[in-house]
Amino acid sequence: MESEQLYHRGYCRNSYNSIASASSDEELLDGAGVIMDFHTTEDDNLLDGDAASPGSNYAMSNGGGVASSTTHLLDFLEEPIPGVGTYDDFHTIDWVREKCKDRERHRKINSKKKESAWEFTKSLYDAWSGWLVVTLTGLASGALAGLIDIAADWMNDLKEGVCLSAMWFNHEQCCWTSNETTFAERDKCPQWKSWAELILGQAEGPGSYIMNYFMYIYWALSFAFLAVCLVKVFAPYACGSGIPEIKTILSGFIIRGYLGKWTLMIKTITLVLAVASGLSLGKEGPLVHVACCCGNIFSYLFPKYSKNEAKKREVLSAASAAGVSVAFGAPIGGVLFSLEEVSYYFPLKTLWRSFFAALVAAFVLRSINPFGNSRLVLFYVEYHTPWYLFELIPFILLGVFGGLWGAFFIRANIAWCRRRKSTRFGKYPVLEVILVAAITAVVAFPNPYTRQNTSELIKELFTDCGPLESSQLCQYRSQMNGSKAFTDNPNRPAGPGVYSAMWQLCLALIFKIIMTIFTFGLKVPSGLFIPSMAIGAIAGRIVGIAVEQLAYYHHDWFLFKEWCEVGADCITPGLYAMVGAAACLGGVTRMTVSLVVIVFELTGGLEYIVPLMAAVMTSKWVGDAFGREGIYEAHIRLNGYPFLDAKEEFTHTTLAREVMRPRRSDPPLAVLTQDDLTVEELQSVINETSYNGFPVIVSKESQRLVGFALRRDITIAIENARRKQEGIMLNSRVYFTQHAPTLPADSPRPLKLRSILDMSPFTVTDHTPMEIVVDIFRKLGLRQCLVTHNGIVLGIITKKNILEHLEELKQHTEPLAASWYYHKKRHPSSHGSNGKPGSRVHHVQLIRSFQDGWGGGGGDDSEDEEEQVCLLNGSNL
Amino acid sequence: WDPGQTVHLLFMYVCVMLHRTHNQMKTYLLQNSEDIRCKCICPPYRDIEGQIYKQNVSLKDCNCLHVVEPMPVDGKDVEAYCLRCECKYEERSSGTIKVTIIMYLSILGLLLLYMVYLTLLEPMLKRRLFGHSQLIQSDDDVGDQQPFANAHNVLSRSHSRPNMLNKVEHAQQRWRRQVQEQRKSVFDRHVVLS
Repeated sequence: MESEQLYHRGYCRNSYNSIASASSDEELLDGAGVIMDFHTTEDDNLLDGDAASPGSNYAMSNGGGVASSTTHLLDFLEEPIPGVGTYDDFHTIDWVREKCKDRERHRKINSKKKESAWEFTKSLYDAWSGWLVVTLTGLASGALAGLIDIAADWMNDLKEGVCLSAMWFNHEQCCWTSNETTFAERDKCPQWKSWAELILGQAEGPGSYIMNYFMYIYWALSFAFLAVCLVKVFAPYACGSGIPEIKTILSGFIIRGYLGKWTLMIKTITLVLAVASGLSLGKEGPLVHVACCCGNIFSYLFPKYSKNEAKKREVLSAASAAGVSVAFGAPIGGVLFSLEEVSYYFPLKTLWRSFFAALVAAFVLRSINPFGNSRLVLFYVEYHTPWYLFELIPFILLGVFGGLWGAFFIRANIAWCRRRKSTRFGKYPVLEVILVAAITAVVAFPNPYTRQNTSELIKELFTDCGPLESSQLCQYRSQMNGSKAFTDNPNRPAGPGVYSAMWQLCLALIFKIIMTIFTFGLKVPSGLFIPSMAIGAIAGRIVGIAVEQLAYYHHDWFLFKEWCEVGADCITPGLYAMVGAAACLGGVTRMTVSLVVIVFELTGGLEYIVPLMAAVMTSKWVGDAFGREGIYEAHIRLNGYPFLDAKEEFTHTTLAREVMRPRRSDPPLAVLTQDDLTVEELQSVINETSYNGFPVIVSKESQRLVGFALRRDITIAIENARRKQEGIMLNSRVYFTQHAPTLPADSPRPLKLRSILDMSPFTVTDHTPMEIVVDIFRKLGLRQCLVTHNGIVLGIITKKNILEHLEELKQHTEPLAASWYYHKKRHPSSHGSNGKPGSRVHHVQLIRSFQDGWGGGGGDDSEDEEEQVCLLNGSNL
Repeated sequence: WDPGQTVHLLFMYVCVMLHRTHNQMKTYLLQNSEDIRCKCICPPYRDIEGQIYKQNVSLKDCNCLHVVEPMPVDGKDVEAYCLRCECKYEERSSGTIKVTIIMYLSILGLLLLYMVYLTLLEPMLKRRLFGHSQLIQSDDDVGDQQPFANAHNVLSRSHSRPNMLNKVEHAQQRWRRQVQEQRKSVFDRHVVLS
C-alpha cells in the first residue's frame, strides 16, 4: 500500500512537472489542472514527461505566489463537464473551493493580458466588474426604493381619499400649492377629497365618519388580499422580511429562486401593497432583500460573479448595505449593518464596495427625492438641544424597556410562528393575512396614532414641538394663550391635548405590541424595523413627556435645579422617542454599532451618540439575559437553516470521534474503492444510499483514504461517459487511479473517474477536539470533513452533524427542524459540487494531523484545502 | 440614390427625434414651475392667528418678506413677526411621481390579469380542451426522483433548442415548476420562511 501511495505522489508530481515544463512556471495548485486531467485522454503522455526534476517545481508550487504565465495547454483542455461546479437547491457552498476557483481564473486572465489588446481589455473589464456590479446594484436599489416610497405613500393615502385634480398625487402633494392659510385647515384643500366627501357629499358628521371607516377597512383588506395572492401565485419566496434567509445565503447556503427576477418584482409590488394595507409592518427589511435581488441579478452580467458563488456573496454583502442605505437614508449605517448583522465573510474589499454601493444608492434615492423634503427618509429630524447627565437614567430605563420588549417579542413571535409551522393553522395563509389585516384596520382607524402610516407616526413622535407643529402632542397650555413667545421653546405645562394624546399613545402602544407579534411572519413582505421603532418611539415619547412635566412641576428638585430653570428648555421629548426607538430595535435585533450609527444618521446630531449607545447597550444586555439570540437568529433556528453562527462560542470538550458518522449503531461507512468497482455496482451504491459524497479508499483491505467523490459528480460523469464515450457498459470497471487496472482481455472499456475525485479532502484525526473542528467549519466554510485514524477512514463530519451536535449540547427541548433534511429526501440525487481534485494531491494523500494543516497560517491554509467537497446532507457514508 | 445621403438623413432624423424626446422628458421630469414652493409657518403673534403661507418662489427668495402676503402686521412689527416665521423651501418632481404611479399601477394591473388567467382561465380552458386526464398527468411529471435523471437534466440543459417558441414554452414550464416547488416548501411543508 505504501508503494501505491508513493506511486501516486510520484505520478502527480510528474504530471505536474510535465505541464510546468510546457508552460514555464505555471502554478498548478488549482482545479483547472484537474479538469484538464479529465478531458485529456492522453494523460499517459504527460506521465512520460520529465520525471527527472521533481524537486524544484514542487518547491515552487509550495511557495505560493508564483507569478504564473500563460498555458495554452490549459486553455485548450479546459472544458468542464456541464453542471460540475454548480450546486443544488438547499445545499451549502464550499467557500474554499470557490475562492480557489476565482484565484485560478484571475491568474489565467492575468497571464493572458499581455497577449493582445483584446485580452488586455478583457482583463480591465474583469478588474472593473466588481465596481461595475455594485454600481449597478446601487443604482437599481436606489431607484426601486424611490419607487416603493412614492407608491407606498400614494397608496397609503388612497385609503382615506383621492386627489381629484391629479390622481397620482398623495395628500401632501395634492395640496402642494393650496391657499388654506390657517392652522386648523392646513390639512384640507379643495382638490383632496375624502371618500365620504366623494360618495356621500359631506365631509363632517357621523355618516361620513362611518363611510370613511368603511372605505379604510375596504382598501386595507383589498390591498392585503392582493398582496398575499400575488405572493402565493407568483413568488412564494417574496414573503417575510428576508433578512434571516439572506443571512443564511450569505453564510453559504443556496436557495434557488430566492434572489431571482420574480421574487424581486413581486416583492417590490407587494411590499407597497402590504405597507399601504396598514398592517403593522415596515418596508426596511424587505428593501434589503430587494437590493440583494438586484445584486444577484446584476451579477449574472459578469462571469466573474455569476459563476462563482463565493464572489457572488461579496456582491450580496454590498447589496445589503445598499438596501439599508436607502431604507434609512444611512449609508454608513448600511455598511455597518452589512458587517455586523448579515455578512458572514466580509473582507476589506467588500467593505469598500459596500461603501460605494451604499453611496450610489443613497445618491439615486436623493435625486429621486421621494418625500419632497430633500431627505432620504420621512422621519429625518434635526435637533440641537443639549442633553444633561441626569437624563441618562430615563435613557437607560428606555433601554431596559427595549430589552424586555425584544425578549418578549422574540419569544412570542417564535411561539406563534412555530404554531403556524407545525399545526394545521399554517395551511390558510390567505385567510390569516385577511384576518390580521381586518383586525388591524378595525382597531386602528379610531385612534389617529395608529390610523396614520407608521413612518409618519415615527416622524411625529421624533419631531420636537415647535411653531411648525400642529399635532395634538404639542398642545401645551402656554401655546393656547397665544401671546407668549415661542422662540426659546420653554418647558410648559401640558394642556388637555397632551393628556388625551398620552391616552391615545398608550392604547397605540398596546395595539402595536400585540399586532406586531402576529404580523411578523405573515405571508406578505413584512419588515420589523418600523414597527419596533414605532413601539420604542411611543414609549420614549411618553417617558419624555412625563420627565418634562416632572421637571416643570418640580424644578426646584436638586436634580433639576441646576440646569432646568423656569422657562428654560431642558427636556426634549422627541429625543426620548428616538432613544426609545433605538432601544426597542436593539432589543429585537441585538444590533449595536450599526443601529447607533443608523439612528445617528437619521438625526444628524453627533451629541446624541452617548444616550443612544447607553440605551442600545442596556437593551442588548437586558435582552441577552433572557435569551441570547436576536429575532433573525431565532427565525433561522426555527426554520432549521444550516447557519453556523460565528458569534457563538463552543466550550464543550467533545472529540471528533464522538460527533462523526457513522455512529456505533449505524451501518458502516459507505465507501468506494479506487479500482475494483463496476459501473453497475457504483450505480447501485448511489441508488441505495442518499448520501451526497463517498470517500474513496485504496481497497477493502487497506481502507486508506484516497479521496472523496461527490454523488452528483459521479452521476453526471457516468451519464456524460455514456453519451460521449464508446463502449461503456454496465459491467465496465470504474477506476479512480491514474492507470487503468489490469483487466481480462474480453472485459469492456473501463471508465476513468479520476477527474471527479477530490484528492485533497479535508481530514482530521479522531482525537481532534470539536472546538477546533467547529472553528475550521466556521472559518473556512467547510461542509464536510473526513475523520481518519492512522490514515484509515473512520467516518465523516458534516456541517449538519455539527449543527445537530451544537443543538444537542444546548439541550433544547424542541428537535431541530431540519429543512434540508426534507429536501434530502426529496432530492436524493442532489449533487455535490466540485469534481476537481487539486493537483497538489501528494500533500494531502498522506494524512496529516489536523494541526499541521491548520498551523500553516491564514495564507496557506486555503490553498491546502482548496478542493473541499461540501455536502450538507452527505452526513455519513 | 445615394446611400451616404440616406444615412445622413436618417441620422438627422434620429437626432431630431432624440431632441424632441429629450424636450418631452424635460417637461415631464424636470421641475416645472409648480414643483417648487416656499412654505412659511408663522405662529400666532399678538392677536393674529397662526398662518401658513405658500408661495411659488425660488430658493433665494424663500423668506418671510417675500412669501408672507399680505403682511398681517404693519411696518414696524414686520421684523418681529417675521423673526418667528419659519420658512422651508421644498421641491418635488411631479413628473417622477406621475410616471412612477402610472408605471406601478400598470405593472400591478398586468400581474393581476396574468394571475387571473393562471388561476381561473387556464385550468378552465385546459379542462375544456383536454379533459381531466391531461391535467392530472401534467401535475404528475413534476418530480423525477431518479438520481440519474438529475444528471440527465443537467447535461441536457446545455443543448439549446432551436425553436424560439419552444424555448419560451420551455422557460415558462420551468418557471411554473419552480413556483410550484416554492409554494410547496413555503405553504405546505413550511421548511422555509415560516
